[in-house]
Amino acid sequence: MSFGPFLLLALMEGMVTSAVLALAAVGLSLVFGIMRVVNVAHGEFFMLGAVSAWFVSQWVPGPPAVAFAAALVLCPLFVGAIAALADMTVLKRLNYEPEATIVATIGLLYILQQAALSFYGPDARPVPAPFSFRVQLPWFGYSGYKMAVVLASALVLLGVWRLLAKSRVGLIMRATQYDRETARAFGINVDRVYAGVFALGGGLAALAAVLIVPIQQAHYLMGTEPLLLSFIVVIIGGLGSLRGTVIAALLIGLSDGVISTFFAPTLAKIVATLAVALVLVFRPQGLFGRRAL
Amino acid sequence: MTSRLIGKTPSRRSVLTGMAAGAGALAVPSFFPGYTHAQSSEPIRLGFQLHRTGIGASYGRWYERTATAALNVLNEAGGINGRPVEILFEDDGTDPARGAEVFGKLATQSNCDLVFGALFSHVVVGTAPRAAELKVPYLVCSEGHHVASGMLNRWTLQPGITDVKSQVQSMAPWVTQNLGKKVTMIFPDYAFGHDHRDFFTAAVAAQGGEVIKHIAIPPTETSFTRYFPQIPSDTEVLYHVMVGPAVLTFVKELGEFYGSGDRPQIFGFIDSLEAVDIASPGLEFLEGTHFWEGHPRYKQADASEHEVFYRAAVGVDDNGASVTDPADIATYAHMFSTWETLFVIKAAMEAAGYQGPADRQKLVEAIEAMTDFAESREHPQGAKTFNGKTHQAFGHQSISQVQGGKLIRVHQTSLEDGYYPDEVDYTTQSF
Repeated sequence: MSFGPFLLLALMEGMVTSAVLALAAVGLSLVFGIMRVVNVAHGEFFMLGAVSAWFVSQWVPGPPAVAFAAALVLCPLFVGAIAALADMTVLKRLNYEPEATIVATIGLLYILQQAALSFYGPDARPVPAPFSFRVQLPWFGYSGYKMAVVLASALVLLGVWRLLAKSRVGLIMRATQYDRETARAFGINVDRVYAGVFALGGGLAALAAVLIVPIQQAHYLMGTEPLLLSFIVVIIGGLGSLRGTVIAALLIGLSDGVISTFFAPTLAKIVATLAVALVLVFRPQGLFGRRAL
Repeated sequence: MTSRLIGKTPSRRSVLTGMAAGAGALAVPSFFPGYTHAQSSEPIRLGFQLHRTGIGASYGRWYERTATAALNVLNEAGGINGRPVEILFEDDGTDPARGAEVFGKLATQSNCDLVFGALFSHVVVGTAPRAAELKVPYLVCSEGHHVASGMLNRWTLQPGITDVKSQVQSMAPWVTQNLGKKVTMIFPDYAFGHDHRDFFTAAVAAQGGEVIKHIAIPPTETSFTRYFPQIPSDTEVLYHVMVGPAVLTFVKELGEFYGSGDRPQIFGFIDSLEAVDIASPGLEFLEGTHFWEGHPRYKQADASEHEVFYRAAVGVDDNGASVTDPADIATYAHMFSTWETLFVIKAAMEAAGYQGPADRQKLVEAIEAMTDFAESREHPQGAKTFNGKTHQAFGHQSISQVQGGKLIRVHQTSLEDGYYPDEVDYTTQSF
């Protein structure tokens, strides 16, 4: 294959990676930005989204598109509810202390993973894509669904940005992030905000998973990779910065696509990890993060 | 108080009395040989290292069913030496470290006479040293060349399935003569995949062909499209072998990549599609492509009565799916190995006059003395020969073509096609 089409394919693959990465990482970033909680169980929310999408695809009759639409709505709600429950029953009791919440979310990771193993089983199961058409380019074919994933992800991110920047809910969230005590003094129910943010973070991870599952299949161990990549993205972008997260996701996704297509996927992971190390050394707050007080 | 309990120095007399009692207790059974005989009506306990979870889970599910079905057949026919047989399944998570632990647990805590059943080569390689330490026979079903290469030890044997070296060597002539001589290989980047890379490359070269590109993919990879542009455009045959939970994604993305455009001939190991329905959406492009099968998934027109019996006993329909759930596709090309290994164990235990763990060495020697297995209920996949020096079985391989959405066998290799010179003589090693 000649250079041009080769690059095109690399960029298309990179865009898909970026899109999913941005969705998954934005939840992690939000939770850290507002709650100061490093959620190690974030990858398992992603996995739960994919697994629950499989259940929905089994239960909802009719064409795959109907089941997929149902999964897009139901799975984030379901995972968000679990996340809210985890927040209220576990994280709140720990007063959101950084060390304690890390250990607690590690525990949550194992509970969710083993629960999926018990109730869903150890197999990788496919979820049918809502539509399957292939774009046949002169040099290679490409899945039309993958292109739709990029579009859907962009729309969702736009929605999240609007929610945070333009809505009353977003105002309350930002107020809580800025100063928890003052927000409380102004009558904001901080407990509810926290539960809501944690649910939103989990729901976004689940949404990313529902989008990706027709490409990848649902499996109980699938949460590890998105967790690592999400951490890489939020560290580079700056924890808590939405804009930074999206830009870092584009950066990591596209470089992953290009490097792994032209050289080797392992090299792409090495470069990403190196980038994290360099950012931590020279700009610990991330590219767009604010310096911690 | 504590000092009184533990601090008292034993007197010379109490020590001597204790020693005499202990020696007497040890000596007693030898005075009553009838007692050991009575013990031998106990069931024989076989440990099974099962990939119930982890990346090998779909194999594990079917290995458990196949071994259980074989066990029922075995026990209904009177067990081994007239003794009933039990199999203890223990999950290893398809993980080498866990595999070694499971082996120890089965051998020491559960007192199993031997352990068998592992498929994934990294688990086998990680567990085999433990078998030698504990001096417990380890009968693997792994296809890896590590048994016959001499890398493992005298306690590890592979009598139920052929190894990759033999498989690829026996099929390379057919591939180069019928599909093409310029080959690109896609394989998982660990021991099992490396066996494919090394031996198929050599076998193709021996046929006057050439492998023009190796594409190694990490076994945990979930997305594959980015690897496909590396396939050179002058490739005549694309050779693929994949394992793990992402195999369906791999084949689907391969189909998307080539689409309706030109593509090379495709020859795959059925591993890339084990437990996956060929009729899955997106796999239509496989029509006309070829696969290696250890044992044909779809019941062939010329299926032997033994094959029919085996299929029914395990509960697999003519399309290679579970009789109770047509969406539950078997790992049919590999799972016969657990069935056949169990019957090798039976034959070896009976030949060795096996009584209990003390006879483990005799059991290994009895297997080493075996030379061939006739096609039978015990060996439904077909006739095999066994090389006691290299601890490896040799058998027939099938090359199948996807025709009308089903795999139809178009070529079967002979036993001789798969032979190669011995690389080790385990029988010269000490136990």
